[in-house]
Amino acid sequence: MGGIIVYLDGITVSFDGFKAIDNLSTYVEYGELRFFIGPNGAGKTTLLDVICGRVKPTKGRVFFREDIDICRKQEHEIVRLGISRKFQTPAVFANLTVFENLELSMRQNRSVFSSLSAKLTSAEEDMIRSNLEIIGLGQKANIKAGSLAHGEKQWLEIGMLLVQEPELLLLDEPVAGMTKKETEKTGELLRSVAVNRSVLVVEHDMDFVRDFARKVTVMHEGKILCEGPVEKIQNDPKVIEIYLGRGRETNVKH
Amino acid sequence: MARLGSKEGSQVTRFISLAVIALLLLAPLFLSEFRLSLLGKFLSYAILALGIDLIWGYTGMLSLGHGVFFGLGAYCTAMYLKLEATGGGLPDFMSWSGLTGLPWFWQPFEHGWFALVMAIVLPVSLAAILGYLTSRSRIHGVYFSILTQALALIFVILFVGQQPYTGGTNGITNFSTIFGYDLAAPSVQTVLYYISVFFLVATYLFCHRLVNSRFGRILVAIRDSENRVRFSGYNPVWFKTFVLALSAGIAGLAGALFVTQVGIISPAMMGIVPSIEMVIWVAVGGRGTLTGAVIGAILVNAAKSSFRESFPDAWLYFLGFLFILVVLLFPDGITGLFTRLSHRYHRVTSNISTGKTVKSVQPLESNRV
Amino acid sequence: MDVLLLQVFNGLSVSSILLLIALGLAITFGLMNVINMAHGELIMAGAYVAYVTQTVFAKYVNERFFGAYFIVALFLSFLVSGLMGVLMERLLIRFLYGRPLDSLLATWGVSMVLQQLARNIFGAPNVDVVSPGWLNGGIQLMTGVQLPYKRLFIIVLVVLCIVGMYFYIHRTSAGRRMQAVMQNRDMAACLGIPTRRVDTITFALGSGLAGIAGCSLALLGSIGPSIGTYYIVDSFMVVVLGGVGKLVGTVAGALTIGMINTAFEFGTTATLGKVLVFTLVILFLQWKPSGLVALRTRALDG
Repeated sequence: MGGIIVYLDGITVSFDGFKAIDNLSTYVEYGELRFFIGPNGAGKTTLLDVICGRVKPTKGRVFFREDIDICRKQEHEIVRLGISRKFQTPAVFANLTVFENLELSMRQNRSVFSSLSAKLTSAEEDMIRSNLEIIGLGQKANIKAGSLAHGEKQWLEIGMLLVQEPELLLLDEPVAGMTKKETEKTGELLRSVAVNRSVLVVEHDMDFVRDFARKVTVMHEGKILCEGPVEKIQNDPKVIEIYLGRGRETNVKH
Repeated sequence: MARLGSKEGSQVTRFISLAVIALLLLAPLFLSEFRLSLLGKFLSYAILALGIDLIWGYTGMLSLGHGVFFGLGAYCTAMYLKLEATGGGLPDFMSWSGLTGLPWFWQPFEHGWFALVMAIVLPVSLAAILGYLTSRSRIHGVYFSILTQALALIFVILFVGQQPYTGGTNGITNFSTIFGYDLAAPSVQTVLYYISVFFLVATYLFCHRLVNSRFGRILVAIRDSENRVRFSGYNPVWFKTFVLALSAGIAGLAGALFVTQVGIISPAMMGIVPSIEMVIWVAVGGRGTLTGAVIGAILVNAAKSSFRESFPDAWLYFLGFLFILVVLLFPDGITGLFTRLSHRYHRVTSNISTGKTVKSVQPLESNRV
Repeated sequence: MDVLLLQVFNGLSVSSILLLIALGLAITFGLMNVINMAHGELIMAGAYVAYVTQTVFAKYVNERFFGAYFIVALFLSFLVSGLMGVLMERLLIRFLYGRPLDSLLATWGVSMVLQQLARNIFGAPNVDVVSPGWLNGGIQLMTGVQLPYKRLFIIVLVVLCIVGMYFYIHRTSAGRRMQAVMQNRDMAACLGIPTRRVDTITFALGSGLAGIAGCSLALLGSIGPSIGTYYIVDSFMVVVLGGVGKLVGTVAGALTIGMINTAFEFGTTATLGKVLVFTLVILFLQWKPSGLVALRTRALDG
């Protein structure tokens, strides 16, 4: 593949003195499916927040496509650049139908005045329909998003990202609350998506990570502990220490 | 919302709307002069309610300061009417307060067209500034409401305090003619009434197109999840600023129509209390539906004027309990009640025709914020 | 020099009144996130309690003890307004948690009903409260500079209330339970804290403070059914400016608005002073949207 899509340069984020991310540097390449794992409070979600512009880093810079400094941009500008974000608790428009959710999300001129006169072209409708099939909501196009089941909302949100046609997808726990089967399906979906885009996933579900991850970054206390293929990570003594070590502590307490 | 309505449903709605318009057009034939001007006043309130529904019912921004925008429209028109009554001379309240010449900002209001343009432009500009500043710094929800309420308070204080320029507590009244026509003449009042009907229908159709466009769906999306809108690549600041300015412009138009038919505007009609009353019209009719806003404004005001005639004290109790009951028991107002009833009716009839039991009742999505 | 001193004292006095009114809001709005538009009417209730207590004392109690009525009234107003708060929370606000705009509208309805009730019971015209003898007069600092006891009393009262609140929130188990519920309701419920009862008590506390505020306002001027509306917007501005959720913020907000208001009113007119203060608050919020004392958390708004 080659080429770096996003490069984080010495990022520090502190909340009232507490460093959620501490001088972190890493990069993601084009076409990569990268997983971020780590115990609670490791700073994974904050990392996604920094990339999508929701949190401005206290120190450091983030570059997109090598030369665009993201930290100077607002959230919606970052989305227009081609970075899409899925949140931990699915954020969809509850009072719009599934179809309308995708219609608003698709890549288009997003100014006030063009939205006043926007008409859905048949090409756009076909594109939305085919994405509806991909996320398995073809039958529910005209149902209000608020009445979908939790897993369906997760998929809808993923679908909303897909129609944005991003170059980089940021997914925060995309399989939380999904059944084993749904998880499997989501994994396949991500794999197919990552063919021509970069995908960055924060996940807790270790089985899911084992099954679908190529490269994994382990975070701990705002820093990168280690980075590499799944097999290497699983056998890394430091990783075992923070996961199992904690496990032992809690076992002792009980 | 409109999209969900079944074909028959929309046909019924269309029929009812046409019937209402016909009724409004025929009203001058069977209403007394007094009742007609009362109805004309309610129509201007209905226009105002449409504007409030756009920002509250659809976008989820509860403004408690719409009296200000309404008042600005009314004051601009009143300034023109006053100057026409004095024939370009000094209005009475100015000479009482010791002014000797017409203040510079009053002078252009001698021209009717200027006054009418300003009746829209002033509220739009004020709302655009306020909307931009509040949404840019992400002041939303109750904080937005509190700030708009403060705006209402400030304007009342300002208008009461600057008596030489605004007529103080008494406001501006005692008009004689409009574009040379006698305001007291029944024929002129009837024309003004028809103008109100026209603007109500026009505003309704305009808002209808708006909320059924992609823009309208973005408004609902902002109400549901402003952050999601942002992370879908839209800048909510412009959408919120635009819709607030639009809503204020509609309020200004309503104010202009109001003052020609009622003949007075004073700070008491634009302050905190009237502003929040405007919101309850929309709540009673059904927020998030345009028909609801119109129905609510007319019904509540009709109730108010008939109540006030018979039990002036009881009105405030009634209004108070109306606030509580609507919010607590009927958050979707009258239209919501009808939708619920018709859903039930359709369920029953479809059960009979198909002989099937319906699995579960779709909970009615309310437009709560 | 004496003008400046007087201005500072006036500013302090205005601040203390604002603070007293806003303290209750800092609890119901700041901690519980409930917009209670009837807060002003709880203040009104406190003021009328002072009036009633004074009338009862004048009629049935030996003249020598008349001065004590105000102390009794302070406690009574806390109780009466607090009780009204309990009723409101149980009958109305409980059903509207998580719907702030709706609770705003519903409590506005309550406020209208209470105002009309006061009008029917006490009459529409304002009534006056005779202040107790020991609060008449003041400290003569120098010629032309007198610090009235009434205003000093209110400043002391505010300080007492803040200390009391601080002690309650941070040092008693009831206060800690309150903090726990407001910060993480689910977790608190899991730990066996009766969250609903804590809600009621918290709301009652905020309402009771409004009663005390109303009682003290009775010292400063005549009272009428719409006395609450007069103060409600100001006190909301204090809480918003100060930063929601922190007591220190409310104190800072009250001091800022009180001082600036006095200064502007001295420099311009009362009307323009208010307009300027409002404009400044909006502009300030552009710079710091979360107020003077921000509660920075990892959770962003939804």
